Amino acid sequence: MGGSSFRRIGKLASISSKNQSCRGFSSTVETLKKTDQLTPTKSVNLFSAINQALHIALDSDPRSYVFGEDVGFGGVFRCTTGLADRFGKQRVFNTPLCEQGIVGFAIGLAAMDNRAIAEIQFADYIFPAFDQIVNEAAKFRYRSGNQFNCGGLTIRTPYGAVGHGGHYHSQSPESFFCHVPGIKVVIPRSPRQAKGLLLSSIRDPNPVVFFEPKLLYRMAVEEVPEDDYMLPLSEAEVLREGTDITLVGWGAQLSIMEQACAEAAKEGISCELIDLKTLIPWDKETVEASVKKTGRLLISHEAPVTGGFGAEISASIVERCFTRLEAPVARVCGLDTPFPLVFEPFYLPTKNKILDAIKSTVNY
Amino acid sequence: MEMFAKSRNLIPFLLRSRKCCYNTNSTAAIFIQRRFDSVKAGEQLDLYNYREDFDRDDQHQQTLNFPGGRVPITPRMKFISELSEKRLPCYRVLDDDGYLIPGTIFEQVSKELALNMYSTMVALQTMDTIFYEAQRQGRLSFYLTSTGEEAINIASAAALTLDDIVLPQYREPGVLLWRGFTLEEFTDQLFGNKADYGKGRQMPIHYGSNKLNYFTVSSPLTTQLPQAAGVAYSLKMDKKEACVVVYFGDGSTSEGDFHAGLNFAAVMEAPVIFLCRNNGWAISTPVTEQFRSDGIAIKGQAYGIRSIRVDGNDVLAVYSAVRAARQMAIKEQKPILVEAMTYRVSHHSTSDDSTKYRCVKEIEQWRTEKSPITRFRKWIQRNGWWADQNETELRGNIRKQVLEAIQAAEKVEKPPLTDLFGDVYDKVPSNLQEQERFIRDTIKRHPKEYPSDVPL
Repeated sequence: MGGSSFRRIGKLASISSKNQSCRGFSSTVETLKKTDQLTPTKSVNLFSAINQALHIALDSDPRSYVFGEDVGFGGVFRCTTGLADRFGKQRVFNTPLCEQGIVGFAIGLAAMDNRAIAEIQFADYIFPAFDQIVNEAAKFRYRSGNQFNCGGLTIRTPYGAVGHGGHYHSQSPESFFCHVPGIKVVIPRSPRQAKGLLLSSIRDPNPVVFFEPKLLYRMAVEEVPEDDYMLPLSEAEVLREGTDITLVGWGAQLSIMEQACAEAAKEGISCELIDLKTLIPWDKETVEASVKKTGRLLISHEAPVTGGFGAEISASIVERCFTRLEAPVARVCGLDTPFPLVFEPFYLPTKNKILDAIKSTVNY
Repeated sequence: MEMFAKSRNLIPFLLRSRKCCYNTNSTAAIFIQRRFDSVKAGEQLDLYNYREDFDRDDQHQQTLNFPGGRVPITPRMKFISELSEKRLPCYRVLDDDGYLIPGTIFEQVSKELALNMYSTMVALQTMDTIFYEAQRQGRLSFYLTSTGEEAINIASAAALTLDDIVLPQYREPGVLLWRGFTLEEFTDQLFGNKADYGKGRQMPIHYGSNKLNYFTVSSPLTTQLPQAAGVAYSLKMDKKEACVVVYFGDGSTSEGDFHAGLNFAAVMEAPVIFLCRNNGWAISTPVTEQFRSDGIAIKGQAYGIRSIRVDGNDVLAVYSAVRAARQMAIKEQKPILVEAMTYRVSHHSTSDDSTKYRCVKEIEQWRTEKSPITRFRKWIQRNGWWADQNETELRGNIRKQVLEAIQAAEKVEKPPLTDLFGDVYDKVPSNLQEQERFIRDTIKRHPKEYPSDVPL
């Protein structure tokens, strides 16, 4: 996992997105601008792209707030650098060390027609806030018959393996949240995506849990438009077109999958790679169309395979594409162990695991 | 809502200086004998400070500088006691017989306000009785009464303005009643008909009203406390002349969200009144099995929150304390904790039989002689504001209205099937559109499996 491979993310991101029509999801598609038309751009890493998005969010809406543990000085990952100085401590502030407090407070703030952008320092520590997210944020609109909502809520949290994080600085808990109607789950793959998707998440009228691939905070660098722009939620993107097999992933895992696709290409296997971007409500149609073309599906994520979101994708696609499938759906994921320290290289869904699965699926 | 406008002018609030508060005799000094002299409750504000003998070392004491500020040093190894010598006293205005306690200081209450509070308490009690019976007759799926806690409900509500935002637990329908939620609005929710604001999605008693600044009830306990801090922070940023009032019970204080809510409100200096109904019981668990502290109010100081314990069955005490709390919360932009001592006379809900774990005699005593309604009635009758004839008329009228509201709500049709899929998100996403189509197809094939009263 050298730094150079993550720079390749930039290339991935520069593949222009398909001009897809609105699917009836609630993302504010009409306000989106095409990123390619924006100038100027600047080469920045992922935490700087997040930082730009937060600056824009606070600047463009005086009712927006950024807070969480240690965000005042810029945050442990530097994502909130300069915000408190520019927007003041009333709008950008440290909170007590209490995740259920952070999210509960954020729900209350959002319910008063504010944009509450809350940071949970590591996704591994989001669980004390699980009740507030699942029982409160997700049901706030529904249970009140739309008398109240906390749609201005966005929970940002870094997730995923970094090589030395052990049990509690490595996890990918996204699938827990994908079982919860009422929230959206969004995961960007690159700096440009992170900025556009975060701005969409902040401005989306529904609560969003936004997982940031912390491995890429510094490693992934690409040209990012300096302007205010948004990327649509609930729209997947085909990053690489192919004919033999469809690969679906999100976040940091996409760069590993891209490497596997490139290796497979050398052996004459044509892979189609899809970035799901929004896990719920997810863009089934794009994946379905791809699998109907290729006849094969592989899903890869860092989270443990059992009960991971790959299972949901697999089941849905089998339902929709059963007669078109030429092979069983493959899942290349984390093992069903706690996230291990020394054994991380064994645990992870690495390039060669994916490559092997591509070959065995194609040769089934 | 005329009463709100009037009462707003009632308290020119006096806060004792900090120096005065350190005077250990201040408690006694403030309770000067003023027989039957109703004055402003705020004047009796006494701040309980940390009064262990650490204070006696004072004068020449050396201090150490830590990140949280300077701390005095002492050569004595002394642990803080787990309990203070005396239990925290309970602020009271009316005695059991409805007489003013000599020397008590409280917020003046006009005849009009007193009668309004009394009538609304009776309305709440009547509503509870009839709805409870309706559940027993099988007309409602569930109910939960506020019996015994009418004073906390109504007197606290009366001490607020409509601009104040209420985050309820679930035993505070009286606050809604006071604010003008109609009996029809209550029954529409209870029957989950199409007029229910919640569109029939939640169990009975999960009321909510955007118009009346009353957040929709949710069953999970204590989740509303950290949310209250966030709502109050918004009021603070908007410089509103209003506060948040968040209700919860004694059992709730064991939840992590209790800690989160109080600590966030204190640190964020959010104008919240934390109003604990300490009714002694969390379903079957008594307070002795809930915590080892002397109740709730004393917990406030550890969070840096000014707190008071009040007799929750004393209308005038609750009213005065909440008025004072509101004034402080807004003026000083900080949270206040109010512990209202009471007793849950009712079963926890219609799914509970509390005689399995409580003495019937005890329940009966609180239901009758210790009832907040009975006590307040004695006071208003003694003032010549109320007579037995008024009582008969009032109860008759309310009973009739509640019965009519039930009959009307029962006849209103259920919400349409589309309401199953709306409001999960701001717009219906494609997976839910697909699921709606699927359900409709299934209904066509198996129409008898589904309730016939839900319009398709």
